[in-house]
Amino acid sequence: MSTVQDSVSQAPAVTAPSKKSMTISTTATLVVFAALLITPLFVKNFIIFQMTMVLIYAIAILALNLLTGGSGQFSLGQSAFYAVGAYTAGVLMENFGVNYALTLPAAGIVCFIFGFLFGFPALRLSGVYLALATFALAVAMPQILKLNVLEHWTGGVQGLVITKPDAPFGLKMSQDMWLYYFTLFVSTVIYVLAVNLLRSRSGRAMMAIRDNQIAAAAMGVDLPLYKTLAFGVSAAFTGIAGALGAIVVQFVAPDSFTIQLAIAIFVGMVVGGVGWLPGSLVGSAFIVFVPNVAESISKGLSGAVFGVFLFAVIFLLPHGARQVARMIEMLFTGKARSGSKV
Amino acid sequence: MELFTNQVLAGIATGAIYACMALAVVMIYQAIDHLNFAQGEMAMFSTFIAYQLMQWGLSFWPAFILTLVISFIGGIVLERVLFKPLTNAPVLVHVAGFIALFAILNSVAGLTWDFTIKQFPSPFGSSGFLGSQLISTHQAGMVGVTLVLLALLYIFFRFTRVGLAMRAAASLPESARLVGINTSWMIALGWGMASAIGAIAGMLIAPVVFLEPNMMGGILLYGFAAAVLGGLTSPLGAVVGGFLVGIFENLVGTYIPGIGNELKLPIALALIIVVLVIKPSGLFGRKIVQRV
Repeated sequence: MSTVQDSVSQAPAVTAPSKKSMTISTTATLVVFAALLITPLFVKNFIIFQMTMVLIYAIAILALNLLTGGSGQFSLGQSAFYAVGAYTAGVLMENFGVNYALTLPAAGIVCFIFGFLFGFPALRLSGVYLALATFALAVAMPQILKLNVLEHWTGGVQGLVITKPDAPFGLKMSQDMWLYYFTLFVSTVIYVLAVNLLRSRSGRAMMAIRDNQIAAAAMGVDLPLYKTLAFGVSAAFTGIAGALGAIVVQFVAPDSFTIQLAIAIFVGMVVGGVGWLPGSLVGSAFIVFVPNVAESISKGLSGAVFGVFLFAVIFLLPHGARQVARMIEMLFTGKARSGSKV
Repeated sequence: MELFTNQVLAGIATGAIYACMALAVVMIYQAIDHLNFAQGEMAMFSTFIAYQLMQWGLSFWPAFILTLVISFIGGIVLERVLFKPLTNAPVLVHVAGFIALFAILNSVAGLTWDFTIKQFPSPFGSSGFLGSQLISTHQAGMVGVTLVLLALLYIFFRFTRVGLAMRAAASLPESARLVGINTSWMIALGWGMASAIGAIAGMLIAPVVFLEPNMMGGILLYGFAAAVLGGLTSPLGAVVGGFLVGIFENLVGTYIPGIGNELKLPIALALIIVVLVIKPSGLFGRKIVQRV
């Protein structure tokens, strides 16, 4: 078990940076945020759509990052939670006529319960076994969604078509652009929530479990509670991402949520750097744009590109984008921060 | 009653597939203490190699043998090049490596042989076995091959020097090193054997499910379920687990209403979770106690 912790504890998820680097990272955050705000005004609708997808996957990757980087548990089954969120939104909007914005909290709650319940058997499992159980969940999910019993709501193999919402308050904005700003708002809120969660008492309890389970238990951390809680929160955030994804793509079908999606989210986390929350955005940009480029060269190439990049990251940049960010930071400050390893 | 017998026999026949896959899973788990998520894709790739050899004009058995040799060497090369440098890396890195291998093999197979479904010949033919309608000669052959494989593995691990050395290296690496066993090469050997066993499984399954890059997805899950049920540390358990999962799957599909073919993967999922929660060491496995 100790090996699991080594992977993620090499650098803490939340550091207390020195003043100078703080200004640099604050500047970087502001620049990125400004770019995210302004860019859609100048680009075509399709690019706005892609940027929306980047934000949505960033939420999903952030959720996995909370689970793995925060509490040290694995999941290869994030696609299942994403699917549950997407279907919750789809069913609520199409069958019950609920407003799209209200489906997000609903998806979050449904997925929190689902994740919390799945977290119970997961308690008994560690490391590889947990990866196995979640892997099985991801593989089985499309078939569960196709069940006859649920077909009345889920539309079976055909899936559900969802109406795209218009911009409210008579804003003169295309639907794509409105959805983009809506997603940007939601993902900012979730990012702030996640950062604060990790800094809170619960977050510290999770990180204590990640670093040393036995020591954490000895300190009075309730292991079952915080482990399942981490699963629940991660599932809830993934579910919200799924709901947003369903609204933006306007379509949900069982075969959109295969193991490939779970793999993509996992790849995004590793590329972005495990335990480094801002890396989620880098990771999701990677999983949205790289397959596009690869598929335009040859159909089916994206898997190979993913795989090769994963190996490259494992061997060359074990901390993913975080490592690159540190290098850039060092270039600016001219010297390495004391105490930082990379 | 006849329906019951039929279903049990059919279950044994499909169970042979899962047993083969589970054997490969257990082999690699024994050698490296990790579950290889790319196992199914490795088997699929080996099967495509056999297919290619037959396209080039080889008949079944020479192609079969040659594929085994290629897979064995391929498994060792994969370990030496990609996974040996990661020996001491954390679990997360291993899982990432397996996922990467999974994606690469799937994608490369698709690029090379495209995603259309292909026929794969059976060496045993597909007529009824001993004149019976219940089980075809191919299925009987599959059961036979699985049992022979299990017997060979038993003899290998029990009576040969290399087999004993592999077991020693897996259970107590440090002591094994002290008595002069090259543990690092034992791991490579484990990869090679797992890859070859996977190749056998793949070539036996392909006539049933047809050859295509995604053919192993569900089967790998059943292989995992079988391995977990039988205990990840026991080859015998893997085979028994495989047959049990096959029979269970068929009986549940027949007797419990509302569960047709569509629910079969969720059953495997439920089985994995139930076994892991109730008896994580499986039916035949050793219980691993960790010192604090």
